[in-house]
Amino acid sequence: MAFAAFATTTGPGEEIARRRSPIALLLLLPGILYLILFFLTPLISLVLTSLQAPSETGLPGVYDQAFQWQNYVIVISDYWPHIVRSFGYALIATVLALAFSYPLAYFIGVKARQWPLLQSLLLVLVIAPFFISFLLRTLAWKQLLSDESFVITSLKALSLMAPDAHFTGTPAAVIFGLTYNFIPFMTLPLYTTLERLDLRYLEAGNDLYASPLQVFRKVTIPLSMPGIVAGTLLTFIPAAGDYINASRAFLGGSDTQMIGNVIEANFLILQNYPAAAALSIILMSVILVIVTVYIRRSGTEELL
Amino acid sequence: MKFSLGKWLLPVYVIVAFTFLMIPIVYTFIFSFNDSLKSNITWRGFTLDKWLNVCEVQNGAVCRAFGNSIIIGTVATVAATVMGTMIAIAIVRYRFKFRSATSLLLFLPMATPEVVLGAGLAAQFLSAGVPKDMLTIILAHTMFCISFVVVTVKARVASLDPALEEAGRDLYGSPNQVFARITFPLLLPGILAAALLCFALSFDDFIITNFNSGSVTTLPKYIYISASRGIPAEANVIASAVFIIALVIVVTAQVSKAARAKRLATVG
Amino acid sequence: MSGDTGAFAEQGADLELVGISKRFPGFTAIEHLDLTIPAGSFFALLGPSGCGKTTTLRLVAGLEEPTTGRILIGGKDVTNLKPYQRPVNTVFQSYALFPHMTVLENVAFGLRRRKLPDPVGKAHEALRLVELDHLAARRPQQLSGGQQQRVALARALVNRPALLLLDEPLGALDLKLRRQMQLELKTIQEEVGLTFLHVTHDQEEAMTMADTIAVMNKGRIEQMGAPEQLYELPKTAFVANFLGQSNLFTGTVVGTTSAAISVDVAGQSVVVPVARSHRHAGDVTVGVRPEKLSLHSEAPVAGAGRNVIGPARVIDVSFSGVSTQYLIAHPALGTIVVFAQNMAFGPVAHVGEEVWVSWDVEHGFGLEDDPGDSPRFAPDTDTKSIAAQRHAALVTELGEA
Repeated sequence: MAFAAFATTTGPGEEIARRRSPIALLLLLPGILYLILFFLTPLISLVLTSLQAPSETGLPGVYDQAFQWQNYVIVISDYWPHIVRSFGYALIATVLALAFSYPLAYFIGVKARQWPLLQSLLLVLVIAPFFISFLLRTLAWKQLLSDESFVITSLKALSLMAPDAHFTGTPAAVIFGLTYNFIPFMTLPLYTTLERLDLRYLEAGNDLYASPLQVFRKVTIPLSMPGIVAGTLLTFIPAAGDYINASRAFLGGSDTQMIGNVIEANFLILQNYPAAAALSIILMSVILVIVTVYIRRSGTEELL
Repeated sequence: MKFSLGKWLLPVYVIVAFTFLMIPIVYTFIFSFNDSLKSNITWRGFTLDKWLNVCEVQNGAVCRAFGNSIIIGTVATVAATVMGTMIAIAIVRYRFKFRSATSLLLFLPMATPEVVLGAGLAAQFLSAGVPKDMLTIILAHTMFCISFVVVTVKARVASLDPALEEAGRDLYGSPNQVFARITFPLLLPGILAAALLCFALSFDDFIITNFNSGSVTTLPKYIYISASRGIPAEANVIASAVFIIALVIVVTAQVSKAARAKRLATVG
Repeated sequence: MSGDTGAFAEQGADLELVGISKRFPGFTAIEHLDLTIPAGSFFALLGPSGCGKTTTLRLVAGLEEPTTGRILIGGKDVTNLKPYQRPVNTVFQSYALFPHMTVLENVAFGLRRRKLPDPVGKAHEALRLVELDHLAARRPQQLSGGQQQRVALARALVNRPALLLLDEPLGALDLKLRRQMQLELKTIQEEVGLTFLHVTHDQEEAMTMADTIAVMNKGRIEQMGAPEQLYELPKTAFVANFLGQSNLFTGTVVGTTSAAISVDVAGQSVVVPVARSHRHAGDVTVGVRPEKLSLHSEAPVAGAGRNVIGPARVIDVSFSGVSTQYLIAHPALGTIVVFAQNMAFGPVAHVGEEVWVSWDVEHGFGLEDDPGDSPRFAPDTDTKSIAAQRHAALVTELGEA
C-alpha cells in the first residue's frame, strides 16, 4: 500500500543505471502538468484568495483581488482557539493511535512471521475499516456512544459516569473518533518497518545482558523509528485538517470545532472565501514546516 | 521482547484490538437489516426489505449516489493510473533534471490536508468560472490519486530486474515487443494494486468532493447530507455490500497468492 | 546481417574489436581494446571484478554503445546495430529467465520474435540438448539453480547465434555442479561449433574450458594466449599472481649469454633462459611457480641447468590433500612458497628446519614490468595493498593541498 511505501527505508537495492533520454520527458509531462494545473495552481489561487477584500458592490461572496494581509490577522485573532485545538486534538489522537497500533503492528510484523498467510489476513483486517465508508464508521460510534446507547447507560448504571454527563459532543469523543479513523494509517507504516526488523538484533541485545524492556527501549524502538515517523506524519497531518469527527452531526459539539470545520463553514456557507483561504494557508504552512523538518533529516529521495 | 510477562498478553491484546476495530463495521452491517422508517438510530425489527429494494428509497437517491461514485471512481482511476505509471517508470529508469522538485511535487498532495486541497480547487474553479459538477469531482479525484499511484508502481518498477528486459532485447525483441511482453506483464500486479488503491480512495472521499461537487451527489456526500436528517438503512446496505465484496476480493487474492507460492515452492 | 535476423550462421563467426573504449560519467571502464576471436573457438575473458570484462561483453551484445571503436562479427560492422539486430545471444549471470512464462516459452521467445517456423519444436529440441525437456511446462521459479542455468543456455543456443556470450554463468552453482557444467559447456561448444565468449573471474574455470584466454585488468588486456602459455610464461606481475601463484624476485642482470641471463637477486644468482624473459638488461623481476620447486634438507650440488637458493627456514607447513604447501623464509629474499605433491605420507620438511630450494632453469620466467614499483595493477583482493594505496593517495593529496 502507498502508506506503507511511505516508510520504506531504501533496502539493499542495486543502483539501477539510469538512462538519459527524451522519453523521460514524454512520460513525466502529462502527470506533472496535471499536478501543476490542479495542485500547484489551486494552492497559488488559495494564497491569492486569502488576500482578497470584499468587493465594493457589497454583495456577499464577491471579492476583489487585493493585498489585504489583515485577513490573516483577523482570522488568527478570531479563530486561534480552533487552530490550537486542532493541533492539540491531532497530537493526542496521534499519540493514542501510536500506543494502540504499535503492539498490533509488532504482533503482525514480528510475531506472526512464521505464518505469512496469517500476516496477510491480519493486515486485511487492519485495513478492512477502509472498505466501509468513513462517515458510516464515525456515525456508528456516535450511535454506540450516544446518551441513550447501551454503553453509556451501562456506565452510568455502574456509577462510572456522572448521570448527566455526555460522551458524544465532548472533546474526548472527537479525539476518540480521530484516533479510531486513523489507526490503519499508523499501523501500516509501523508494520512495514517491523516486518523488516532483523530479530538477530534483539537476540544480540539479550546476549549482551539487556533485559527485555531494555532491549525494547534501546534496540527495537530506535530500529522502528522510520515507521514511527512515517506513521506519525500520516496520522497527524490529515487529523489536524479533519472536520467530520468534530462536526456536530457526528461526534462533535459546539465547543469542539476544529480548523477544518471553520474552513468548511466559511467557504461553503458564509462564502467568506478570503477567511477560508487564509485559514487553509495557515494550516498548510504549519504542516509544511513539519514536512521540511522531515525532509532535512531524510532527503527528498525518501519522500516517495 | 516487549511483553515477556506472559506469552498470551500480546495475542489477547491483538484479539481485543481487532474486535474494537470491527465494532462499527458490525454495527453498520446489523443496522442494514433494521426495519427503520426515516432515521436508522433505534432498532425496530429485522427485515431483508432494505437489501431487496435498495434503490426504491427517496426515488433511488441512494443508488444514484452510488452510481455517481462508481463512475467517478472508474474515470479517475484510469486517468490517474495511466499518468502515475508513466511517471513511476520515468523516475526509476531515467535521469532528468529537477528530480528533487518532481519528488516534492508528487509528495505534497499526499501531505496536504484534504480541506486545503478541496478549498484550493474550489477557489480555482470559482475564479475560472468552471461550474461544479461531475467533471470537477473527477478532476479533483484524479489529482490526489496520481501521487499514490506513483508511490505504489515505483516500488514495483524498482524491483523489476533490468536483466529481464536486456534478455528480451538480446533475444530479438524490439523495444515495443519487450515492453508489451516483458515489462508490462511484470508491472501489472503493481499497476492493479495502484488502481485498486486509487478507486478505494476516490470511492470513500468526502471532504474534497464536498468542496467541488456542486449539486452532484456521491455516496459519502449523500450520507453526510442525510446525517442530520436521518440516514436511510439503504446506505448501510450499499456500504455493507461494498465491504463484503471488497473483503472477498482481497482475501481471495491473498489466499490464492499463498496457494500459488506454495505450489511454486515445490522444486522440480 | 543488419535487419536480417532470418538465417544465422550454421557455425560460429569470428569477432573483432577494433580500438574499443568505453567511458562512463565518472570513470573509464575500458581504456583501449583490440581483440580478435577466431570462429569456432572457446574464448575466455578473465579478470578481477571491475576490470571491464562484463562491459566488453555488453558492448558485443549491443546492450551498451562503445565510446570509440568498432565491433565486427563475421567481418560485418555491427557497431551501430541494436541487440535484436545482432546475431549474438547472451547467457546472463542471473539467468534472467522470464518469471511469467513457462520454461518452454522462455526458450521459444527468441524464435518467436524472429518469426521462425516451428518455434515449439525447436524449443523442445534445445531442451533435449540440455536434458530438461521433461520440465518444459514448469515456471523458472520451480527449478533449481543448475536447471535454470541450463534453461538459460538452451534459450540462447536455440537461436544458433554466430556468437554466444556467457556472463559468469556458473557463479551461483556449487562446486560439483560447476565442474559438471564446465565439461558440458565445453562439449556443447565443440559439438555445435559455435564461437563462445566466456567472461569469468575464476581462473581455474577459464583454464579448464578455454582455447584462448585474455587476462583483463583496469580496462586493458594484459596478456592473451592459450592457458598453458599464460600460466607457464606470464608477462606481467598481475598475470603471474592472478593465474595461480608465483614466487617473484627482483634483481639486476649481471651477465648474459646467447641462451640465458644471469640475475643477481640479493646476493643469490638466478639464471633464466633468454627466450623466457622479456627483459635482458638492467633491473628485472624473475619468477618461478611454487609447484616447480624442490625442497632439499642439505645443500644440493649446484649443477648446470638448476637454480639453488638457500639456506632458508621452514616457517609453515599446510596439508591440503593432494599437496602440501610449505612457506620458506629466506633471509634476503623473503617468503617463498613451495607446493610439493604428497608422494609419500607426512611432510618432507618440518617447521624450523633448514632447507634449500632448487628448480630447473627452464621453468623460470622474467616479467616485462618495471620491477620495484608497486606493480602497476595491484590485485584488488589484497586488502593490505589497497590500504597501502589509499594511504599513499591520501599522502599525495594532503601534500598537494
